Order: sequence, then structure tokens, then C-alpha cells
Amino acid sequence: MQNSRQELDAILSKFKDRHGALIPLLQEVQLLEGYLKKETMKYIADQMSISAAEIFGVATFYSMFRLKPQGKHVVRVCKGTACHVSGANVILNAIKEHLKLEGEEDTTEDTMFTVMEVACLGCCSLAPVIMIGDQTYGKLTPEAIPGVLNKIVG
Amino acid sequence: MSKIIARLGLGSCGIAAGAEDVWVELKKVINDNSMPVTMEKTACIGMCFEEPVLELSGEGKPKVMLGKVESKDIKGILDGYLNDKLEYGNIILHEHEEAVHNELIANQQRIVLRNCGVIDPESLEDYEATGGYQALRKALSMKPTDIIDMVKESGLRGRGGAGFSTGMKWQFAHNAAGHKKYVVCNADEGDPGAFMDRSTLEGDPHAIIEGMIIGAYAMGADEGYLYVRAEYPMAIKHLRKAIADAEAKEYLGQNIMATGFKFELHIKEGAGAFVCGEETALMQSIEGKRGMPTIRPPFPAEAGLWGKPTNINNVESWANIPWIITHGAAEFRKFGTEKSPGTKVFALAGKIKNSGLIEVPMGMTLHDVIYKVGGGIKDDKKFKGVQLGGPSGGCVPASLLDTTVDYDSINKTGAIMGSGGMVVMDEETCMVDIARFFLNFTQNESCGKCTFCRIGTRRMLEILTRITQGKGVMEDIEKLEQLAVQIIKSSLCGLGQTAPNPVLTTLRYFKDEYIAHIVDKKCPAHSCEALVTYEIVPDKCVGCTLCARKCPVNCISGTVKQVHTIDQSKCIKCGACYTSCKFNAITKD
Repeated sequence: MQNSRQELDAILSKFKDRHGALIPLLQEVQLLEGYLKKETMKYIADQMSISAAEIFGVATFYSMFRLKPQGKHVVRVCKGTACHVSGANVILNAIKEHLKLEGEEDTTEDTMFTVMEVACLGCCSLAPVIMIGDQTYGKLTPEAIPGVLNKIVG
Repeated sequence: MSKIIARLGLGSCGIAAGAEDVWVELKKVINDNSMPVTMEKTACIGMCFEEPVLELSGEGKPKVMLGKVESKDIKGILDGYLNDKLEYGNIILHEHEEAVHNELIANQQRIVLRNCGVIDPESLEDYEATGGYQALRKALSMKPTDIIDMVKESGLRGRGGAGFSTGMKWQFAHNAAGHKKYVVCNADEGDPGAFMDRSTLEGDPHAIIEGMIIGAYAMGADEGYLYVRAEYPMAIKHLRKAIADAEAKEYLGQNIMATGFKFELHIKEGAGAFVCGEETALMQSIEGKRGMPTIRPPFPAEAGLWGKPTNINNVESWANIPWIITHGAAEFRKFGTEKSPGTKVFALAGKIKNSGLIEVPMGMTLHDVIYKVGGGIKDDKKFKGVQLGGPSGGCVPASLLDTTVDYDSINKTGAIMGSGGMVVMDEETCMVDIARFFLNFTQNESCGKCTFCRIGTRRMLEILTRITQGKGVMEDIEKLEQLAVQIIKSSLCGLGQTAPNPVLTTLRYFKDEYIAHIVDKKCPAHSCEALVTYEIVPDKCVGCTLCARKCPVNCISGTVKQVHTIDQSKCIKCGACYTSCKFNAITKD
């Protein structure tokens, strides 16, 4: 804990007095802590003399910022136009089915996976596409999903 | 044996298709067999559907390009090429002989993509070898106003989609009072189904940087920002390296090319908000705030970033600049049409054979783009429509395929040129669902500032969802039209003003599909889940169990050689059974 506070302070001092620094600052903090904790946002507000409301406003405006902890593996399901017409919904359903996620749930009980929909991964020629970590999987079928996900867990 | 060069495409699409494994294998095969082969990296040549793509060349040998290369093929390919006995099933380009995609390249005119897939994007020397930074040298010897005149004469129009004259924009920023000015590159490519900017940023970062330095000099700016989507890690990596290399060679910095001209360039990573592609929202975001558009006037050219005069152009516009400076306005005007000179880069995707990135002269017909360059429709199905301009654009039907690709002709169809996303749809795509898809997108991405955009898009989405579920009524069509007009009239920025376009164009060209959903409760494309049922025809089912094994939710029951049945309450309508059945025993209705 002590260490991470020091690392957090190091990030804050790097961005102190730089104009327009809030977004890159939050990006680095999220990289450090996995998501933006309420206490951390309050701490940043105090240290940087920015109102907590402004920080919360920015954090909730941009889709990259997460306010909840996320699973070990993040599965990004591309919902771009090309993937949509190639059956992205079917892929998403198969993933949720396999991971037993219901309704609005996005993280598995064992916190192994978080499933997210993303606008476009820019690999349209390989549609439908998902990304797990940094690895892209293209030309997917619903039948291929259990295999792909099981391989990740090992 | 003469020395040969093996060049592998390692753009995002190549890597996604497995190019990194091929690279490792190349290295191994060359080393193990002491082959006289030099390995080089490049980015995306645009033929994403053929990735991984390998190009071979050497003295006295024809330049060839091979598609869908796998690690296991490498040894045979290199042996064959070295001994002039290359045998490979998928030669996609050949310098002297017929090859499958020779025409695909021949029908293109590559200005923006001139170096993409040709040079190593991480090598400044490679860029310089193609004449890189010579345009900057020339520009620095010219008067700023002469550069602006040249850009004006070229007729270059903003490639981000709106199509405003780039030269005029530069003139406004040049004329603005004050010493501190900014130039910005809008690389927040957010349209789903569009990846032109990603490929250009990954494949030729110096061209964009050179364009920006020239622009800064012409407008009198000393600082610039590249605002890049954070979803494009490779583009950001290549830009960082390119900026560092350009600084080291004094193409950027305090004394550029010893002329005393100063220019500093920064990268800003976006954080995931589509509206930040709108220029005033983008500036808010660079300032570290929520990316919400502001009222214009004042225009950015008068009061932009931190209140200073600012010029914003998109990636493709900037990448055109060095070429125009080098070759002149008249040369640029040789391509394209009178009112839309030059070329346009398109990302072809969807139900098209050659999905990837292409650059064609303006004025080509949509038909030629899709059939001559794009190779036609996947699996030779029936063409239904092409979506241009993403969430701000619209769907153009088959009857208008003779429309030429230029700003004004495309606007007439109700779609827009947009940034260049072109998603092709066939008979299996439901147009009501496509309209719903885009409204879902804009509704999500509306920043919430204007009431009609915030609430109106949500109401439109609710209506469209209802229709795709078979719960629509005829009055819904009228309501959609009313809402569309109100949203267009009452929104501040381009997002809201264009959000209804996908609905309006599908209503205009595909109204029969709306009526089929509402009146007959049928989806003619068999795509809307709620209106589709899969059933097994007892007479045809031989009990092979294949469908039961393919079903991801195990909702098909039956034993070997017995007729199977689908439990409709569990079926997720994925269609896996339908596509797998070899006996046509499953119906979709």
C-alpha cells in the first residue's frame, strides 16, 4: 500500500502545474491501480487542487476509465459496423453464455474475465473480432468461443 | 545467388492474422540455411484480407507479393524464389505476370498511402529515401502566404468528412491576430468500420508530421498536437518514435533545418469518446476537460486551444500536404474532379471480397470501387447497400451505384463522404437493424449537452428496437421522421446534426423493410433475432448429431439416427446449427 501511494505521488508530481494534464494523469493512475477508486480520486483532487466533481466528471465521460475493479483478462468484443453485420451479437452471446454472465454483469464471479463491448478495433477485414489482453482473435464463430476462452485460463 | 529482400507486413491487421509468428520463422529459416536474404518490416499495404502478406524482391528477379503466408510455407517459398522456381498457391501481385490482385492495385491512385506497405514506418532513413522532408525543405524556402495559396489552388478539401477547403482554413488561422498559435491533427478516428487513419499513422507517420510542420510554418504556429485514439497503440508507438527521430535530425525543434523556425509537437491520447472527433470537443479534451462541443463562433481559427488561434485538420488531409508541396497544385488537380480534386482513402469492410484499405481518384463510381477494386460481394451474394460515412452517414442502395465518389454527389444521396468508412451489405443484412445499430452508437456517444440529441436519439433508438422486435406500429415511421428533423435542427455539433442520417436514408431507400417488420412481423433479411426461428424438418433430418454438437447452448436434443429437435426457449438464434447442417434439414424463417 505504502509503495503504491509513493508511485501515485510520483505520477501526481510529474503532472503538477502542467496544463491539460488531467486525462493523461488519470490514464496513468488507472494503469497503476487497475481502476479509478473513489478514495484515489478524492486524494488527487486534494493534491492537485482540482475539484473532485471535475475529476469524477472526466472519469465518467470517457469510456476508457473504469470505476469498478476488472477481471484478470479483459475480453473486448468489437461492435463496429463490419463486426455487427458479421454477427458480433452472436459472438457476444456465446461469450456471456460460456462465462455464465447474465444481464448487465460484465465480470465473472472468479474475477478471471471482464467482458466489454468496444466501438471498433479497426480490424474490420477479420470481422467478427474480439481482443483478449493485447491479442486479437478474428473470423470467429460462436462454436470457437469456448476453445478460445478455455485456452486463456489454461 | 543474388541478394533478396523479404518484406513482411507487420501492421495491426497483419499481426492479428499471425504475422509475428511468420516473422520469427523467417528469421529462423534464413539463419539456419544461411540464405542471402535481408528481412524488412513494413506496415499495411491495404490488402488486409490477404494478411499476412510477404513481398519478395531482388536483383534480376520479379517483385512478387504473397498472401495468407503461414510459417510452414516459409522454407519452400524462400528456396523457390532463390532458385527462380517459386511455386505458391496465392501469389497476389506479380511484377511481370498475371496475379490475382494486380488489377486491385492498378485501379488505385496512391498519394496518401504512397509509402504504406512500402517503407519501414519506424525508419526515418526509409522515409527520407522516398523524398521525405524534401517538401519541408522546399516549403521553408517559400513565403508562408505562397504555401497557403498553393494549398488553396490544389483544391484540397478536409478529408475528415465535412469537405471544407483546407487552404481557406489555413488562411483564417494565418490571418488571426496573436503570436501564439496551434496546429492540431485530428486522429481520433471513431467511426465504427473505419480504419484509414490507423493504417496511415501506423504505416507512414512521418508524412503526417511533415505535413503538420509545413502547416505550422505557413500559419505561424509554434506548437502542435496529435490527438490519437488510445485504441491505436501501434499508431502511438510509431508516432512517438517518428517525433523523436525528427527532433534528432532537427526537422522538429528550436531551429528547424537551420532556418530559425521553431515547432514543437506533442501526442495526446484520447480516452474513448466519439464526440471528441468534433473539433471543439477535441480541444476541450486536449485541455483536460470533458469533451463537450462549444458554440461556434468563435471558430478555432480565432479562439481555439486555450483561447489561441488553432487549426485542426484530419490525418489524411495532413498526409496530402507534402505531396502537394513537392508536386504542385496543378499535378494534384490532375486527379479527381473539378470540385473534389485528388484522391480519397476508403476502408472497405463488411460483405466484400477484398476488405482492406484502398485509395482511388475522386470521381470513380461506387460501382467501380466495390466491384473493380473491392472485388465484388463476398460469396457472390446479392448486393443490397453500402454504408458511407459511419454514424453520420447513410446507406446508398444498389440503384444509386453509379454515384461518383465526390463530396457533392454523395451528399445528394443523403449519405456523406465522411472520413472514408465503406461497409458493404448484402441480402442478409437488415437495414432496420443497421439504422438501430447506428442510433445505438450515437445515443451512447451523445455528450448530453443538447436536449434533442440526448433524449431524441434515445427515443429514436427505442422505436427502432421496438420495430426490430416485431412490436412496431405504422405511426412509428412518422415519429421517426419528426424526431429526425427536430434533432437535426436543435443540435449544436455534427454528432447530433447528422445522427438521424442512417435512419433517414434507410427510410428513404428501404422503407419496404420497415413495413415488413411492422405489418408482417417478418425480417426479410432473416437477421433480426426476435423475428427468426430455426426449426428442424423431420423428413430431412438423418440424425447425424452434428447440429447438436455445434450448438453452443446445448438446446438441440436427439440421439444418433433419430430426428432432432430444438428447444426454442433455450435457443440463442446463433445459426450455428443452420450453417452446419449438411442435409438442409434446418429452416430459418
